[in-house]
Amino acid sequence: MERTRAAADRDLKPAAEENRSAGGARALSADFLFRYVALAMALLVGATLVAVVVAIAYDSWPAIKVFGVWGFLKGRTWDPVSEHFGAFPFIVGTLVSSTIAMVLAVPLSFGIAVFISELAPSWMRQPVSSAIEMLASVPSIVYGLWGLLVFAPQFANVEPWINDHLGAIPGIGVLFQGPPMGIGMLAAGIVLAIMILPYITAIMRDVFVATPVRLKESAYAMGATTWEVARKILLPYTRTAVTGGIFLGLGRALGETMAVTFVIGNSDNLSASLLMPGASIPSVIANEFTEATTKLYVSSLIYLGLVLIGITLIVQGLAVLLLGTVGRGARAPS
Amino acid sequence: MVTTMKMRLAAVAVAATIGMSAQAAQSITGAGSTWVYPLVAKWATIYAKQTGIQVNYQAIGSGGGIAQIQAGTVAFGASDKPLLPADLAKHGLIQFPTAIAGEDIVYNVPGLRPGELILSGPVIADIFMGKVAKWNDAEIARLNPGVKLPNMAITVVHRSDGSGTTFTFANYLSKVSPVWKAKIGADTSIAWPVGVGGKGNAGVASYVQRIKGAIGYVEYAYILENHMAYARMINSAGKVLSPSLQGFQAAAANVDFTKARDFYVILTDQPGAASWPISGCTWQILRKSAPRATNAAVIRFFDWGFEHGQSVARSIAFGPLPPSTVNAIKVYWKKNLGI
Repeated sequence: MERTRAAADRDLKPAAEENRSAGGARALSADFLFRYVALAMALLVGATLVAVVVAIAYDSWPAIKVFGVWGFLKGRTWDPVSEHFGAFPFIVGTLVSSTIAMVLAVPLSFGIAVFISELAPSWMRQPVSSAIEMLASVPSIVYGLWGLLVFAPQFANVEPWINDHLGAIPGIGVLFQGPPMGIGMLAAGIVLAIMILPYITAIMRDVFVATPVRLKESAYAMGATTWEVARKILLPYTRTAVTGGIFLGLGRALGETMAVTFVIGNSDNLSASLLMPGASIPSVIANEFTEATTKLYVSSLIYLGLVLIGITLIVQGLAVLLLGTVGRGARAPS
Repeated sequence: MVTTMKMRLAAVAVAATIGMSAQAAQSITGAGSTWVYPLVAKWATIYAKQTGIQVNYQAIGSGGGIAQIQAGTVAFGASDKPLLPADLAKHGLIQFPTAIAGEDIVYNVPGLRPGELILSGPVIADIFMGKVAKWNDAEIARLNPGVKLPNMAITVVHRSDGSGTTFTFANYLSKVSPVWKAKIGADTSIAWPVGVGGKGNAGVASYVQRIKGAIGYVEYAYILENHMAYARMINSAGKVLSPSLQGFQAAAANVDFTKARDFYVILTDQPGAASWPISGCTWQILRKSAPRATNAAVIRFFDWGFEHGQSVARSIAFGPLPPSTVNAIKVYWKKNLGI
């Protein structure tokens, strides 16, 4: 694979150079112009990102001065009355709801992608793929309303069962004990899982379908089951893309606002149980920004935004690191 | 990050629309409180029909309203929480009340009809602090002899978004419960010790209607519209009342707005046998340094509302200000703006 690509590059280079000299000055200047326009656009994107971060950091400065970095990150009270602000409950809420979403969405996406690429009869592939893609085009406010008005009431009926069965397991039981309200951390995680499912599934399906047929067929010829093909051929071959897809989903889950605000329960109090209400960084900003009247209050909300950027960057960094290690492990990343 | 960017964009968009409409002739722009939005919107429709003058009001929240009027991008800002006279002076602003409204406790207790439950301020404070956690608690039972109260956990439902409704409610609890005042206090958002948060009156109402054993607070207009189970309350004179416009107005009538500097009075827990304990008000904020024509146009609009908009106000559960207050506002305009 590597060798063919290098060979192709060698073939292309002289051809491109010939073109340039044959095209004359006009082609050269158009090419030149295009190159700089493209460069300017690329730089503009980067500059916008930097400008946004700088602006947010500038607006958070009053809160940074008062609470510091550690003090804000581990502060457990969020009290607009006494103007004492700490981000800890919201950081936990953001991470926990996203983790639940990932735990549910990743295996499901994998199953759906394997089904579409390997198991489904050909007439079913397109409809199932389209249905999954349509999930991605539903606006998040609709997920929020659906979560609040349809999902939560039904979920409240399931929660007593969760209480009795999962809640009775020693050790992790404490995670599943609480009043059956239908809203809370677990409900938010489930709604998030449905929202990120299409992103992860679409990427997995695309790369599974793109896996060379001869690899799969060879494995089948050797008597491998579909599961073995999925685990030993598809996954190792597509590891990089699959990891990328998972992190795309995670990024989306971390920043999701409206849907989470509707179902997470919006409580600043930390609780061991996933059935209890919590709050995430985006939900608190969305809830409180409009009526935040004092400078320190507004600044603390913006500071929360800065923390969220930090979390996202750390996640991105982890993704890059992970891709580096799997990239080396994988034979032929796409 | 995306959220923050979205909000910045939204803020820019709001500022842009406001800026544009301010240039158009014969129009007034305002922004702020979501609570007063139904009233200003209704008044604006009728006012436009009668005078041809457009009033554009954007319900971006009290915090946003205060920020916009300070920045001078709007002709008036509306806030559910009055500014302190010192803050007004610092920024060259003035404020006056618009209309009176009220809120009440709603609940979802099987077997209890609307209005059957009676609560007092201190008991509500204990419930919302998590101290009273069961519906058959002795504190509640003492106020409701003969009512069958179930042995059911209470789920507190509060607003998740910053809101004047929360400010008024918490302000009332601060007045009746020293512990509440010391531990929690009052603002548009507060650090709730227990409970779940619903977005807007609609969010609180839907949680209360869904969760068995829930208790929450919503605006009176919302209770009327949705036929919710509301509580009767014991006011500061010891009388048991159902929420009503008369009750809100009685609370306002008891307040001498004419004596309060910059109308800085909060209508909760007012004396008087007919006063509803959780009554509230919305303030309009103007800039002294705004062009005279702009301020005059705003004042003409609210003056018209005070004179001709009262039956409309009543129809959407906003109580008119007492005549003495309206007169005091006119004197205040004359004194501060010369209009």
